[in-house]
Amino acid sequence: MKPVYIHSVGSVSAQKTFENEEFLNEIREYNDTTVKVIDPNYKDFIPPAAARRMARGIKMSAVSSKNALTEAGLENVDAIIVGTGLGCIGDSERFVSDIIKNDEQFLTPTRFIQSSHNTVAGQIALGLGCKGHNFTFVHSAISFESSLIDAKMMLENDEAITVLVGGVDELVDHHVETHRLIGHIKKEPLASQDLLKSKTEGMVMGEGSHFFVLSNEKTPSSYSELLAVRTFNTISKDRLNQKINRFLESQQVSIEDIDLIILGNNGDINFDDYYKQLTTGIFANTAQAYYKHLSGDFDTASGFAFWLANKILKTQHIPDVVKLNAIESSSLKTILIYNQYRGENHSLTLIRKC
Amino acid sequence: MCKGVAITGIGAISAIGNNAQENYDALVSGKIGISTISKINTVHKDDIMVGEIEMTNDQLKEKLGIAKGDAISRTALLAMFAADEAILQAGITDINDYETGLISGTTVGGMDQSEKYYFEYFESEENWGHINGLHAGDSTQKLAAHIGLIESFASTISTACSSAANAIMLGARMIKSGQLDRVIVGGTDSLCKFTINGFKTLMIQSDTYNTPFDDNRKGLNLGEAAAYLVLESDEIIKKNKRTVLGYVKGYGNANDAFHQTASSDNGDGAVLAMEKAFKVSGLKPSDIDYVNAHGTATPNNDLSEGRALLRTFGDKVPEFSSTKAFTGHTLAVAGGLEAVYSVLALQNNIIYPNLNFKTPMKEFSLLPQTTVKKKELRNVLSNSFGFGGNCSTLIFSKEA
Repeated sequence: MKPVYIHSVGSVSAQKTFENEEFLNEIREYNDTTVKVIDPNYKDFIPPAAARRMARGIKMSAVSSKNALTEAGLENVDAIIVGTGLGCIGDSERFVSDIIKNDEQFLTPTRFIQSSHNTVAGQIALGLGCKGHNFTFVHSAISFESSLIDAKMMLENDEAITVLVGGVDELVDHHVETHRLIGHIKKEPLASQDLLKSKTEGMVMGEGSHFFVLSNEKTPSSYSELLAVRTFNTISKDRLNQKINRFLESQQVSIEDIDLIILGNNGDINFDDYYKQLTTGIFANTAQAYYKHLSGDFDTASGFAFWLANKILKTQHIPDVVKLNAIESSSLKTILIYNQYRGENHSLTLIRKC
Repeated sequence: MCKGVAITGIGAISAIGNNAQENYDALVSGKIGISTISKINTVHKDDIMVGEIEMTNDQLKEKLGIAKGDAISRTALLAMFAADEAILQAGITDINDYETGLISGTTVGGMDQSEKYYFEYFESEENWGHINGLHAGDSTQKLAAHIGLIESFASTISTACSSAANAIMLGARMIKSGQLDRVIVGGTDSLCKFTINGFKTLMIQSDTYNTPFDDNRKGLNLGEAAAYLVLESDEIIKKNKRTVLGYVKGYGNANDAFHQTASSDNGDGAVLAMEKAFKVSGLKPSDIDYVNAHGTATPNNDLSEGRALLRTFGDKVPEFSSTKAFTGHTLAVAGGLEAVYSVLALQNNIIYPNLNFKTPMKEFSLLPQTTVKKKELRNVLSNSFGFGGNCSTLIFSKEA
């Protein structure tokens, strides 16, 4: 099996991450229940006429995928794999709402077409003229990791040399309002810096698009090697340590080898216990980081974590704003990312400097 | 790379039957499932025909042992019903005894319920249980819980009408690469106003019975279904002395990169997908004994697919038929339902008829198989194509 490397990154998020030369140089702070992306100048990437009816998820992804391709020096790739919890949900919501309001009359196809979950992957393929493998995963908090698993398998087995892998989700009103009703989104604003002190249920919901070029050929500028990714539909708290230990053992990696663990705390008092169990338990002596105070939480927020981990390895620098504890690692080689959402759809991603 | 992945269980529910055997019986006896719509109160009910499953949600819940009040979408209920059949047939007693995965395809997820309560959610909390059901992955997560799967890989693929085909492909690859010992693969979609109106805006829905590969075809009939297969590793087969129903021998996924909703005139993506499937399987086009075509009966699909078949098979196109005249186009499930049909075709050495065909298309001289035909089948090829240029081919074989 061939090793798998991360060649490049591209991000559009609630921080100014769309310029790859920068790395969280200036931090945007929020005090809200939802956070939107900082829009790049879309005109630099998309013809204005095309942009007009384009879903936000497609626009964000046009930028982040282009940035990833440019940084990798590629015009095209062998495969495109996208994870998205909800696809271009803004168009889906408008289409449903129009069906109801207009009693199924006077509808136009654009909203329906863009509602198809694989619109982003299809649009990128169309733009590049990429006729290769094209998959879209739509499974809540492991949508992005499912894409990584598929890409890794392709590259290991030499079914592709370069794969564009991404995660994208957009924030839209009806979704926010309904999920606030059921307590999945916070009812009161929360300041970014207070995320970990939150005593309330629900998340601060965000959005974003993250794309990466993965390859089985190493280059001098590669960010990292993707060692392993695993997802679990369920894990109870009392089984979490065992699952993580077994995952690391399968890679011949020990807890002491982990130089940094990046955790998906989202400030939900009902579910952040999973992370607390690790930070005060088996990873108590490991450098720890978190990120959802910067990105907000959404189905593919772990794409931001993957971006962060790769940037940290490349720059050999952990920005203070993401540090969860004061432990300094003597080296920065191996990073573990752990995420879960509402106690389900857990993921473990292990990358190493190469 | 040539060894196939064993199929040990199949399950299906569609407009022509509540289990795989009923589906097969309908296919060989010419019993179609297309009718006017009865369960959804749509203003289009007089202009469309659909492939609707007879059972109501309450009936499905009763059979599944689920309380009437539980907030579960029709999409998830159908999935549970079909997956239970596949798992039972495989003879699995403990779903967690091996490294087991679940990969399900869907396009609408819980939209059938979301569209009912879209505005109501703000007035009454009665149906709040359905809010999270809008996530496509929620139907898979509920299916995983229903079959008792824990601490496992459970994921959802949504590549429009090739979703289940891609789920089968991914499952086969994960077994081959040793990541999983067993995987439940397939798809589920229920009818809803969302898709009825969506396809209405695209003007590709027929107001009468769909007629695949006919020159006068007027478009598709939407259908609802769920279909799942159990794939297992050689080790499980050996240890448990499983009966193997057939093998996933080849698979290929390619993108047409032509248009967001339409297929290219020459079927480039379809040709590429079939070529990849041949390469993976080690088979040649002449090894294929029957093609279960995507054949949606839209003007665009059947022309593009027909040309792709001609480019792939030359003047030796094997017997082919589309079963969508029976079931309607079941969207995400199509590739899963037709995978079940392909396995049954292999087992029974039967080619299903392409119903409603009268006039050959003027662009070429391809003639689908229009009657039930008995023929020794070794390899069956099944195509599924979707929005976003997604083209998928699966090859099912008797021999590994």
